[in-house]
Amino acid sequence: MLQINNLHANVGDKPILKGLTLSLNAGEIHAVMGPNGAGKSTLGYVLSGRPGYEVTEGSVTFNGQDLLALEPHERAAAGLFLGFQYPVEIPGVSNVQFLREALNAQRKYRGEAPLTGGEFLKVAREQAGALGMDMEMLKRPVNVGFSGGEKKRNEMVQMGIIDPALAILDETDSGLDIDALRTVGDGINRIMRKPDKAVLLITHYQRLLDYVKPDFVHVLDGGRITRTGGAELALELERDGYKELAA
Amino acid sequence: MTDDIEIKDKAAWDAAEKVADYEHGWSSDIETDFAPKGLNEDTVRFISAKKNEPEWMLEWRLKAFAMWKTMEAPDWAKLNVPPIDYQDAYYYAAPKAKPKLNSLEEVDPEILRVYEKLGIPIAEQKLLAGVEGGEDGGLPQRRVAVDAVFDSVSVATTFRAELERAGVIFRSISEAIKEYPDLVRKYLGKIVPMHDNYFATLNCAVFSDGTFVYIPEGVRCPMELSTYFRINAENTGQFERTLIVADKGSYVSYLEGCTAPMRDENQLHAAVVELVALDDAEIKYSTVQNWYPGDAEGKGGIYNFVTKRALCQGRNSKVSWTQVETGSAVTWKYPSCVLNGENSVGEFYSVAVTNNHQQADTGTKMIHNGKGSRSTIVSKGISAGHSNNTYRGLVRVAPNAEGVRNFTQCDSLLLGSLSGAHTVPYIEVRNPSAQIEHEATTSKISDDQMFYAMARGLNAEEAVALIVNGFAKEVLQQLPMEFAVEAQKLLGISLEGSVG
Repeated sequence: MLQINNLHANVGDKPILKGLTLSLNAGEIHAVMGPNGAGKSTLGYVLSGRPGYEVTEGSVTFNGQDLLALEPHERAAAGLFLGFQYPVEIPGVSNVQFLREALNAQRKYRGEAPLTGGEFLKVAREQAGALGMDMEMLKRPVNVGFSGGEKKRNEMVQMGIIDPALAILDETDSGLDIDALRTVGDGINRIMRKPDKAVLLITHYQRLLDYVKPDFVHVLDGGRITRTGGAELALELERDGYKELAA
Repeated sequence: MTDDIEIKDKAAWDAAEKVADYEHGWSSDIETDFAPKGLNEDTVRFISAKKNEPEWMLEWRLKAFAMWKTMEAPDWAKLNVPPIDYQDAYYYAAPKAKPKLNSLEEVDPEILRVYEKLGIPIAEQKLLAGVEGGEDGGLPQRRVAVDAVFDSVSVATTFRAELERAGVIFRSISEAIKEYPDLVRKYLGKIVPMHDNYFATLNCAVFSDGTFVYIPEGVRCPMELSTYFRINAENTGQFERTLIVADKGSYVSYLEGCTAPMRDENQLHAAVVELVALDDAEIKYSTVQNWYPGDAEGKGGIYNFVTKRALCQGRNSKVSWTQVETGSAVTWKYPSCVLNGENSVGEFYSVAVTNNHQQADTGTKMIHNGKGSRSTIVSKGISAGHSNNTYRGLVRVAPNAEGVRNFTQCDSLLLGSLSGAHTVPYIEVRNPSAQIEHEATTSKISDDQMFYAMARGLNAEEAVALIVNGFAKEVLQQLPMEFAVEAQKLLGISLEGSVG
């Protein structure tokens, strides 16, 4: 589904990714772990096309398409979802309005008919309910006044509604208490653990991986993947730390 | 729930979608009956004669014209307006319609086609189709009566009969001058005096047509009243005159919407709107202004120099102005409230969008003369391109006005780095019991917000439109529903090309 080949990327003039190669197949969940400043968030931003993140070398294909040639909204329409580490507030725009417009923009791009208000609300209600989010919160402005945990939960509701093929989840576990962590983990499994979908989990800690069992764990350090293993690698990292591993 | 507007109101939404294709750059071929070009006493007499006005009206016009000749155009606003050649314009242009029209079917089909093309009359499109079916069946729940102003003359008024059953008078001002001279004379020029300002005086002399509304004591107007203005003849200054009188305990909601075709010449529009609310009366006046703003280089566009003022004369009277200003090359406009009545209330909710080379200097005046009078001002200015957007407001509290309260909020949103936002609040308080609050913010759309919206599937323009609509929401939700949907679309359309 996703092939990242020798990816180099700069933020400003500073090289962050330095030859990253990674492959995800449909049906797989991959975790990318690594120390602060390793380039984890940069990877998420580069893949989703954030302005200011410049690819200097390498290629990324997504379902056979040249991902890097697409605008951010085109990547979304092609089925890529970025779960934000710091979800952004949009005052005055309700979640319902935001998501309906976003979803219908994607559908329009793909040549599909827009969802009517009723159809959309049905989906929104299901997804909010499954993640234990009150519908009233969906009517509130996007992330405004939400706690850190609520924002992350909201990202999962968005993911459920948009139903992407590939989710890149950037530190989705940060700021969550144990109960919320379980809810979010269950959400990821329910929405994304499917034969035709894939997940790239970007995380510092292994605790989310207790709930979402990865098929592969990669260590990202110094802008490249330095080691790849199974779920047990996360436990090893948790025990020994990145320094030990690098040594 | 404004969130669910589009969901509940499919028809309005569909019509608003049509509005999205802002291609009003055409002019229809309706024969126009011009007054000779230029402005002199003969022009004034021509207009008056053309409208079969009574002698007192002609005299009033001539007095105003004499006064205007001694006046100078104001230049205190933060606007750059080239000198206007008042002799190089037509002051009267009427579509050559049938002499008297009783229903919309009698309207020149070309005119109806223009309305259809505009996509503007939202509920009205249904009404247009349903007019012959009468007033009982098949009409939408939301009732809107249209007084269509095509160029300078009202060509049709719908729902007149039902309104008359309620005792509501809804007429073109020309008709009202003849049919209800006493009412008109009692209030015309009393809220905005003839000498008020250069453009208001000019309007007194040459106003072509407009709307008169009277809501009798205790009557809640059974439907929204709506007028669509449209400038459609080249070089025709448009001088509308609106007078709305809400008698004791009455209520009316009035909608005014505008769009104009593309022109290279600058066109002057100098309207006067006067509102009077007596004891316990309420007037809600909503405007969506979408006149041609000029092209991306700043060529062409409407000069919109409007004087709007409300007199809250009675106890507990209330006037609420809501405006969404997206069009015009230059906007000079301060819908105001003179709060004479005890516990009277004035409100001003405004969204002004400027893009490319547009200029807007707009705001309000809240004049608190009555005890316990209150006012709320919420102004949202959005500037993009090379445009300049100024909020200018006055809150004045008279010495005898005890217990006055005002809350003012002025927010500015900047797009790009070449646009300007300015806030000029004047506060004059002569009574120590007054509570005046003023809040102001200036912000830019953040890169984070843009990327967040785009990562969810919106393109850059859709993302801007969404964020801007959120910014303006407090004002948009004051609009009647059909206008709110249209206005949301317009904000996005107005900002097209401002990102990227």
